[in-house]
Amino acid sequence: MNNSNTAKTITNTSAPFDVDRFRKDFPILNEQVHGKPLVYLDNAATAQKPKQVIETIDAYYRETNSNIHRGVHTLSEKATVIYEKARGKVKEFINAASTKEIVFVRGATEGINLVAQSFGRNTLKAGDEIIITELEHHSNIVPWQILSEQTGATLKYIPINDAGELILEEYEKLLSDKTRIVAVGHISNALGTINPIKNIIDKAHAVGAKVIVDGAQAVPHTRVDVKDLDCDFYVFSGHKLFGPTGIGVLYGKEAILESMPPYQGGGDMIQMVTMEKSTYNALPYKFEAGTPHIAGVIGLGAAIDYVSELGLEAAAQYEIELLDYASEQASQVPGLNFVGTAKSKTSILSFTLDGIHPHDIGTILDGEGVAIRAGHHCAMPVMERFNIPATARASFAFYNTRQEVDALIQAIDKCQKVFN
Amino acid sequence: MPEGIQLMFDIKDLYQEVIVDHNRSPRNFGKLDDADTTLEGFNPLCGDKLTLYLKTDGKKINDIAFDGSGCAISVASASLMTDAMKGMSLDEAEILFNEFHNLVTTDDDYDAESLGKLAALAGVKDYPARVKCASLCWHTLHSALQGDHTPVKTE
Repeated sequence: MNNSNTAKTITNTSAPFDVDRFRKDFPILNEQVHGKPLVYLDNAATAQKPKQVIETIDAYYRETNSNIHRGVHTLSEKATVIYEKARGKVKEFINAASTKEIVFVRGATEGINLVAQSFGRNTLKAGDEIIITELEHHSNIVPWQILSEQTGATLKYIPINDAGELILEEYEKLLSDKTRIVAVGHISNALGTINPIKNIIDKAHAVGAKVIVDGAQAVPHTRVDVKDLDCDFYVFSGHKLFGPTGIGVLYGKEAILESMPPYQGGGDMIQMVTMEKSTYNALPYKFEAGTPHIAGVIGLGAAIDYVSELGLEAAAQYEIELLDYASEQASQVPGLNFVGTAKSKTSILSFTLDGIHPHDIGTILDGEGVAIRAGHHCAMPVMERFNIPATARASFAFYNTRQEVDALIQAIDKCQKVFN
Repeated sequence: MPEGIQLMFDIKDLYQEVIVDHNRSPRNFGKLDDADTTLEGFNPLCGDKLTLYLKTDGKKINDIAFDGSGCAISVASASLMTDAMKGMSLDEAEILFNEFHNLVTTDDDYDAESLGKLAALAGVKDYPARVKCASLCWHTLHSALQGDHTPVKTE
C-alpha cells in the first residue's frame, strides 16, 4: 500500500522512533487478556492514557480540586489558572489565533452539534444546502439531518470511490451559491482515508460557505494548523488524543463565534442576569455553561504536553511504517479483503474475511488478547457503499509494534482454523 | 468467577463443531412462501438482520424458516431454533423459549435432554456482548407467537 502522499508532510527524523521507551509510559499495555499480553489495536475508538495524564488528573483531585472562575480562595484560583493554561496549550497545539477561539465541549460530537444548532439554526433557511460526505461518522451526519429538518435546508453527500476516497469532481458539482455549510472529516474513522481538506475548504470558501472539520481521528496522527487550513470550525475529542474521555474542543474563528448565540444557558456563560433578561459572557465562556469538566481539561492539557514532547511528526512517520507492514502482512492472508485502500491513509486497517462475520473475528481475536473493533464503526453509509454489514478494524497508535502486528496476523489465522 | 483467577479460555467452547456446522450450512434457510406470519429481527449494534417465517394453526408450529445475515452465533442459533421448533405445540415452544433464555443468560443448571443440540450455545453466557446475537431469533419468534407485528430490536 502506498502512503507516500501522507509522508510528504512528515519531516524525517534521524534517530529511530523509540517505541519501547514510550510503551513504558502506558501502564495498561502491561495488562493480560485471557492469559495473553494485551495487543491493543482499537485506538480509533479510544486511545490509551500515559501515566503523565493519569498522574496529572490524580494530582488535580488530590491537591487542587475546586470550582473555577468563581472562588476567591486559593484552590479556586489555582484550579482556574491550570484550567486556562490548558486552553492556551490547545491554542498552541492547533495554532489558533486566540484562546477566545477555543471552546471546551464534551467531545467532537458536542462540538458539531453546537455548530449545527447555534450557527446553523440561526443562519440557514429553506432551500439552503449543507454538504457532507459518504465517509462521515454518524456524529457528522445526524446533527446535519436534524438541522435540515429544522430549517428546511437540503443535505447533500460527496460520494466516495471504491478505494474509499472522496470524488472531488462530484464535490465541485454539488457546490453552488446555495451551499451554506460544508462538514467533512479530516481522517475517516472507518477506513483511515486522509481527506484533502485544504482543497475542500478553499472550494467551499469560493462559494461563500463555512466549513467545519471533524478532526477526531486526525489530531492523534497529524499536525493540525487551523490558520493554514483556514477552516471556520475544527472539532476533536480528548480521549482519542491520549487524554480523558468526556472532554473535547471546538475551535471557531473568533468573528464567527462572536456572531453566534449561546448553545446552552447556565452559570459561567453570563455577564448579568436579571429576572427579565441576561447578557452573555465574552468568548469563549459564552459557550461554556455550567461547571465544566475541569479535570478533563487539565488532563487534556497533559496529553497535549505528552504528544508535543513525543513529537507528533516522528510518531506519525512510525505509524505509517507500521501500517505499511501490517498491510503487507495482511495481504498475504488468503481470503482477507481490504476495505479502504486510499492512496493517502493512516493508522487504520479495515478488513473482512471470506465466510467469517466480523463479530466472530472480534471475539476470536479477543481470545488471543488482540483488541480490535468489529462492526459498522458508526459509519453505516460507508458499510452500505461497500455493501457489507460490518468490517473488522485494527487501528494503530505510536505505541504499537511489529510484534503486535504479527500477533494480529496469527490471531486471524486462528479465526480461519476455527471456521475451516 | 473470583477476581484474579485466570479463566482457562478456549474459544472452542463458544464455537463448537455444531455451531460452526450450522453457520456453514444453516437449516431451514430461505423464504417460506405460504407463511402466515413473517417478522423481522434486527440487532442495531452489529447489524444482524433476520426474517422469520412461520406457519401455525393456532396450536402448533407446522413450518418455520428464516433468512438474513449475521454472525456465526446468530445464524447457528436461528438454524438450531428452527430445527427444534418445527412441529412443536405453542405451549412447548414457550417452555423451550424460557429454557433457552436461562441457558444463555444464567448459570442455572439446564436440562440437556430437552435442549438437545441447543445446549451447544451454552458457551455464549461467558460472552455478554454475544448474548444478543444468540437470542435475536428467539425474541423474534416469541414476538411473532404473541401476535406482535413490530420488528424486534435487541437494543
